[in-house]
Amino acid sequence: MFATAYAIPDVLVFAAAALCILGGALGVIAMKNPVHSALSLILCLLGVAVAFLEQNADFLAAVEVIVYAGAIVVLFLFVIMFLGVDTSKHPHVEPLVGQRWLAALGVVVTVAGVITLMVNSHWVSGVMSTSTGGTALATGADNVTQLGDSVFTTYLLAFEATAGLLIIAVVGAVLLARRERTADVDEIEVTDIEIEVGEDEGQWWIINQESSEEVES
Amino acid sequence: MTIPASWFLVLAALLFGVGAFGVLTRRSALIMFMCIELMLNAVNLTFVTFARTLSDIGGQTTVFFIMVVAAAEVTVGLGIVVAVFRRRESTSVDDLSELQG
Repeated sequence: MFATAYAIPDVLVFAAAALCILGGALGVIAMKNPVHSALSLILCLLGVAVAFLEQNADFLAAVEVIVYAGAIVVLFLFVIMFLGVDTSKHPHVEPLVGQRWLAALGVVVTVAGVITLMVNSHWVSGVMSTSTGGTALATGADNVTQLGDSVFTTYLLAFEATAGLLIIAVVGAVLLARRERTADVDEIEVTDIEIEVGEDEGQWWIINQESSEEVES
Repeated sequence: MTIPASWFLVLAALLFGVGAFGVLTRRSALIMFMCIELMLNAVNLTFVTFARTLSDIGGQTTVFFIMVVAAAEVTVGLGIVVAVFRRRESTSVDDLSELQG
């Protein structure tokens, strides 16, 4: 049917990307273990990167993989490992009665409304922008050129503002993650350790009296 | 012939719906952050689709800036999650209910 209208490779790539995106997204919200959710998020983001590639957004596809699937998900995993895997203690208890069904209903109504609106209206005018002279967007290295031109001319002020935003975010993250000085005093625990000479001479053993755990030094 | 824009727009709408459902139903703050990322990516996909449809590089530039803001948001948000966890030993948002009347 649509195989005659659209090239089969295009359709296959789209189908694979859509499968990755939706499967990954459902995995994120369905998995109990946060680590599995993060891995599903990677799958979804890779699918989005493929969808970008299919639409002449080569640079953004690369950035999607590097920044999102690389940096952001690794940050998520780092925090999950740092806090310990938190399998929720009461997963089946709903604090608000019927929250799940109401949420599902609201989401279905909203998405169906958006799609209906898209089908029935003609707000996609299809008029080409004049910024590229009415031609299609470039791919490959030319895409980077076009994007760079746009960022450093038309959107230069916004680009400078993102620099400030990143500095503020870094300072804020350091400030939030820093332990307070009063908390440090509680952290230091004085443990009695005993040093004694082991069986064979020249070898030292530190014995922690509380846990009686032997550590070779 | 290339894939029509409407396919990508429907896909983005579905992705946004899944992300919104996750934010509304999951309890863990970490999972909620991931679902926010899903919704941001749905919007990114829409922007890229319109950039291709209208041959306007401005859509892709907007996605570029959205990614920067998302990175900053995740950094600060996870910092808040860590700070809350230190105090409450939990990342469940149900435990943060001091402000109720």
